[in-house]
Amino acid sequence: MDTREKDIENLKDYKYGFTTDIENIKAPKGLNENVIKFISNIKKEPKWMLDFRLKAFERFKLLKEPNWQKPKYPKIDYQDLYYYSAPKSMKDKPKSLDELDPKLLETYNKLGIPLQEQARLNGIAVDAVFDSVSVATTFKGELTKHGIIFCSMSEAIQKHPDLVKKYLGKVIPTTDHFFATLNSAVFTDGSFVYIPEGVKCPMELSTYFRINASETGQFERTLIIADKGSYVSYLEGCTAPMRDENQLHAANVELIALDDAEIKYSTVQNWYPGDENGKGGIYNFVTKRGLCKGKNSKISWTQVETGSAITWKYPSCILKGDNSIGEFYSIAITNNHQKADTGTKMIHLGKNTKSKIISKGISAGFSDMTYRGLVDINSKAKNSSNYTQCDSLLMGNKCGAHTVPYIKNKNFDSNVAHEATTSKISEEQLHYCQQRGLNPEEAVGLIVNGFCKEVLQQLPMEFAVEAQKLVGISLEGSVG
Amino acid sequence: MKEQLKIDFNKIQEVSNFSNRDIEIKKSYLNKFIENGFPNRKQENWKFLDINQIISNNISDLSFYNDYSIENKIDPSIFIDDLEHNKIIFINGRVEKIDFSYEDKKQIEIIEDSYTIDKSENNNSLIDLNIALSNKHFKILIKKDYSLKKPLIIYHLTNEKMKSKNINLRLDFELEQNSSLKLIDFFSDDSEKNFMNIFYNFNLDRDAILKNYKIDKSLNKNLKYSFNNINQKQNSISETFVFSAGSDYFKNEINCNLKGEYSSAFINGIFSLDDNKQHEIRTTINHLVENTKSYQLIKSVLGKNTKSAYQGRIYVDSKAQKTDGYQLSKAILLDETSEFNAKPELEIYADDVKCSHGSASGSLDDNSIFYLMSRGLNYKQAKGLLINGFLLDVIEKITDGEIKDLLKKMIGLKK
Repeated sequence: MDTREKDIENLKDYKYGFTTDIENIKAPKGLNENVIKFISNIKKEPKWMLDFRLKAFERFKLLKEPNWQKPKYPKIDYQDLYYYSAPKSMKDKPKSLDELDPKLLETYNKLGIPLQEQARLNGIAVDAVFDSVSVATTFKGELTKHGIIFCSMSEAIQKHPDLVKKYLGKVIPTTDHFFATLNSAVFTDGSFVYIPEGVKCPMELSTYFRINASETGQFERTLIIADKGSYVSYLEGCTAPMRDENQLHAANVELIALDDAEIKYSTVQNWYPGDENGKGGIYNFVTKRGLCKGKNSKISWTQVETGSAITWKYPSCILKGDNSIGEFYSIAITNNHQKADTGTKMIHLGKNTKSKIISKGISAGFSDMTYRGLVDINSKAKNSSNYTQCDSLLMGNKCGAHTVPYIKNKNFDSNVAHEATTSKISEEQLHYCQQRGLNPEEAVGLIVNGFCKEVLQQLPMEFAVEAQKLVGISLEGSVG
Repeated sequence: MKEQLKIDFNKIQEVSNFSNRDIEIKKSYLNKFIENGFPNRKQENWKFLDINQIISNNISDLSFYNDYSIENKIDPSIFIDDLEHNKIIFINGRVEKIDFSYEDKKQIEIIEDSYTIDKSENNNSLIDLNIALSNKHFKILIKKDYSLKKPLIIYHLTNEKMKSKNINLRLDFELEQNSSLKLIDFFSDDSEKNFMNIFYNFNLDRDAILKNYKIDKSLNKNLKYSFNNINQKQNSISETFVFSAGSDYFKNEINCNLKGEYSSAFINGIFSLDDNKQHEIRTTINHLVENTKSYQLIKSVLGKNTKSAYQGRIYVDSKAQKTDGYQLSKAILLDETSEFNAKPELEIYADDVKCSHGSASGSLDDNSIFYLMSRGLNYKQAKGLLINGFLLDVIEKITDGEIKDLLKKMIGLKK
């Protein structure tokens, strides 16, 4: 079977490629003040929230869409998008899982995450997001016992306005770049997490995002606050249905770690990458930023990026508190016509701050992958250190792998080390594996998993298994 | 500035004897420059050190006109006497002397060439400026199978008559099959607050070898920009070494196009900076065919208020399988006001390649200092020894023994 045919075969198997036909409430098409007011109104938001949005929108009008990135995409007409759509049956929020629309539940079953089951079996509290509104939040009881707040953003705005007001937009201000500002103006929903002082969150918190309803940009907003001495591990996983036209996803994720707190944020992203000709697929333009505000705080990003037509994101850490630590572990896999421009920014402001970057990029088919990272050591960040390693693996000569690290060291007490390699899977390794009875595809899977091991290890158990499979699946059809 | 440029441009055309066609071409480049102006930090290549700002901070009323009719006196004391060599002497941008006395005259052709078209497409406005304003330029052709017996030293001298001037220089080198050239660019200035813009274009035919050493050692307050464009055919080798220390600002750009199989490019550089100096090396190596190789090693030692930047780019075309590319940049920061920036970039479209880069920066290792001091050295000596060892690594990469020794002496690594 030639590669092309294989690709088509695989495509049919894309098990997340389906849509549920729930009638949607939509805001009128286009982007203007009325649409923002509509969103704010339908969510019954207080005035300060609406002001926050309008302020962002004022700013947005002045901004130009950036174009320095490597993957270019057709111009997006921001007036031709719907900025709000919600499942109709969601008008009155359900009190328990039983109240959910059976169709919604079915969707999750197809995704392989039956809410009740997963919650019970894995001990994970799931805050599932269907389109732009949170559907259900489980395991509330257990979390409430510890004083942990884990709810949708809309709920947080209603119930915990003080916290939201205090922290929202503090890491990603409304005056940030184009897509972040757009998000600030029109964000619909997302997750909100608050871990009180000294609490170690007893379970992994998880959200499954799901993009539904065509022509709807999805604007998620997530805010995680870890108060002094607390710990939380947060998982985010994504799948999306098949679509022909491109869909924009511009989420904002803000993390804040106070003194001695630790946040671990893991992502597995497997959105629809488009077909084998590069048609369709999701644009994933996400802004993720963590602020190590307090002393001895730590933020760690782990990501496995296999989906989306275009991935364009740089989960960053601002190391403001003394002795704070930032980590970034990433696997990005691109196949067919996928494009990725991803990496991280580590901004060292405090003394004795440390950061570590491990990035593994694999490109196959006609895809293009860029690691772009910034390590900036401020003149006040005495005795700081950074270690960066970014490796790329290429399969075939139709794809590209690029490394663009920016290194700025303004402090003579600090050390910065950067390493990068680019290579391919060697014939010997393949031969060895095949000799032991693996077929070429299995052999590649094994070698690639070995290549990614350093990052996979960082993922929580439940994710690691899924991610490992995903790595194999994403590269199917790229060998031979 | 625009008005000044136009006036100076016309003045230059009046005193030179360019053909109408050339003037037209120059005019188009001038307009291109006027449109874009000096590069600034908005452009990716100039992100770290913004020449537009640096020029406006350092030079007031920059003038673009130089009177090339006045002959300048050559001061022979400046010549490097440890080494027998051929000379080209530029004083204030004017060619004062071309001397190939050690060579077989039949094997070297010096073509006075005003032919201005720049074939390499660029969006570098300094090159536009260079083409628009440079005087007649020379092309040095080295014939098939001829290796220069002695190195060629190009002296870039300025005297105190120069102030707030822009000097544009251009030289072309054509190395025919199996020829070789050792070229030293030696900078020495008695002037201040000028902006020098130097553009070299090298064409290396099969099996040709080019070794270019750029030495900017003597302290001065001029700003310099140098661009080397090197086209390489099969089996050719280019070696570029940059010693970047003396000028207030110096940016060396090296652009290598490896167009023939088994061609290779080596770039080594040292920044040794003190007192408000800002230097940069930017390299682009284009691996365009199979089996090509490149190697880069850049080291910085940075003192008070200094800034160095290294931007290295390795581009590997999808045809260029079996490429071997390597970049390494290291920096020692000696003062809390020093700053090191690096952007080692890989852009790869072929799968069977070996490309890697590394970058490290930090202060002197306390343990090593302690070790040396416990052996009886004082702090200053220990520091000096470590820095010398750090830099010697790069000097040792120089493949020509004589020139290596010369450089060691200049830097004080050898008596």
